[in-house]
Amino acid sequence: MIKSLYGVMAEFDNPTALVNAARAAREKGYRKLDAYSPFPIEELTDVLDLHKNRLPLIVLAGGIAGGLTGYLMQYYISVWDFPINVGGRPLHSWPSYIVITFELTILLAAISAVMGLLALCGLPMLYHPAFNVPRFALASRNRFFLCIEARDPLFEARATSEFLQTLEPKEVSEIAP
Amino acid sequence: MADDQQVVEQPPAPRIIAPGYTFGTVTDQIATVVLTKKTPLFWMAGFGVGFSLLLLFLWSVVVLMAKGVGVWGIRTPVMWGFAITNFVWWIGIGHAGTLISAILLLLNQRWRNSINRFAEAMTLFAVACAGMFPLLHLGRPWLFYWLFPYPNTMNVQPNFRSPLVWDVFAVSTYATVSLLFWYVGLMPDLATLRDRTQSRLARVVYGIMAMGWRGSARHWSVYETATLLLAGLATPLVLSVHTVVSFDFTIAIVPGWHSTFFPPYFVAGAIYSGFAMVLALAIPLRKAYGLQGLITDRHLDNSAKVMLATGLIVAYAYIMETFTAWYSGNVYEQAAIWHRMTGPYSFSYWLLLTCNIAAPQALWFKRVRNNPALLFCFSLVVLVGMWLERYVIIVSSLAQDFLPSSWGLFRATRWDWATFVGTIGLFLFLFFVFIRLLPMISIFEVRTLLPQAKVGEEAQG
Repeated sequence: MIKSLYGVMAEFDNPTALVNAARAAREKGYRKLDAYSPFPIEELTDVLDLHKNRLPLIVLAGGIAGGLTGYLMQYYISVWDFPINVGGRPLHSWPSYIVITFELTILLAAISAVMGLLALCGLPMLYHPAFNVPRFALASRNRFFLCIEARDPLFEARATSEFLQTLEPKEVSEIAP
Repeated sequence: MADDQQVVEQPPAPRIIAPGYTFGTVTDQIATVVLTKKTPLFWMAGFGVGFSLLLLFLWSVVVLMAKGVGVWGIRTPVMWGFAITNFVWWIGIGHAGTLISAILLLLNQRWRNSINRFAEAMTLFAVACAGMFPLLHLGRPWLFYWLFPYPNTMNVQPNFRSPLVWDVFAVSTYATVSLLFWYVGLMPDLATLRDRTQSRLARVVYGIMAMGWRGSARHWSVYETATLLLAGLATPLVLSVHTVVSFDFTIAIVPGWHSTFFPPYFVAGAIYSGFAMVLALAIPLRKAYGLQGLITDRHLDNSAKVMLATGLIVAYAYIMETFTAWYSGNVYEQAAIWHRMTGPYSFSYWLLLTCNIAAPQALWFKRVRNNPALLFCFSLVVLVGMWLERYVIIVSSLAQDFLPSSWGLFRATRWDWATFVGTIGLFLFLFFVFIRLLPMISIFEVRTLLPQAKVGEEAQG
């Protein structure tokens, strides 16, 4: 029974309480934490140590790929595949290739930003255990939630619940998987 | 550290949104517009107008396809006529949306948070309207894919040294990136709608569109990075789009087109007309939906100031245009400007100067900027002026270029007008569908504007 929990969740009614609770849980030694809030909270990112992500790298790769695709495509088509002689101007006239190279750089970088966002967040994921908490619908309105997940080595349903109770939440609930 | 912040932020800047809001009331007020069963009369009326004009658009497209582009007034030498005028006008209007969503985000102008959503929607729909014209102008719009490089049995490829091909890439990239940016911004709000709606169908649809967004801190941190990166990508993009549009003109050697200051001139003009459209939409919307607390007088004031500033840049461009023509010593350039001022299109030229330079000077006065009704009128004047600007640049330069023997005048036919007015219908139709089905103000970004959103004293034990 205990094993089958996804985690324990505490509900708070303001961002300060959530940040304090998250910090307390970190200090207690919990690491598999997640917090849910209706808007991004910078302090929470600090407390949970979430600043590093690989998205900039993904976007850089996408941008480079886009730029190369753009330039090489134009070069191949204009010089090899379908050369058009316009008044004897050089076929490889790179200044006129810049616009499309730039546009494809931006296009592929933007697409990889969105795809990278979804991939790093594991979305789309229409079902998640957190949704089993009845009041969780308020996480997208005006309530703030802290969840300690069962895969945390220190997790123990009763002790963790009691710990969360000490943080003065509105409510603590166990999450079915 | 925490104490320092407190001190720095003590003198409260004038509030961006009205006092008294909480996370709950902000959410409810914006979400109710979408989730209510009662459709307000304002919406019905606006949608009705948009839908009627949309039908006019469809009718004129059918006539155009049946009879060919000759139903428009385009004749040699003025082959661009209304089609390209409208294209440039619409795509310019879109620029304000990206400016608000991307550039003001990078500059940390937080007041943008309550107007960026509908401004971005405006961008998307304006680009959709803009895209109609080059497509219909092709004559055989169903072969539009010939514009793209793809392996084909004809063994023909586009000429990448032509600015018209650059335009295809610039505009399609712009449309795609705007859509992606808009959708990413919508995800958290779609989750809010999913959680708030009473209807099962709406929950399923919003739920699928929200992709299971649950506001996790891990997601928010990636999300913030993604938004910043997208804003960083959209910023050069939006400046480049109208630059590329201006290349359509400057790369040609037609007198009155062939000049290096067109790119900045066009970009400023685009933002000018775009902010006029933002005001023209925001003022009736906030009145009809009682959103004065979220789209405050300060938003109108700021937008009017941006309009005034870009209007002055445009005025400078007009002066420089005339000066360069005179100073170049080139008889064709001089004649082109002279024809504009005194020739067959002089009425449009002087009217555009009145609309774009003279009228907006009233925006220097705070009393004008604080009067929404007046501001609404001025934004319509600017929209008319900016349309005339493109009309004069395109038509007067093409009508009278080098050889008097090849001159010819352009006269718009009723189908020119029907197609143009029809795209206004398409725009209104899309816009009203948008405000009925999606939150027109970004809910989660407005929540961050509330004083409660600030995390207080950190050290509590």
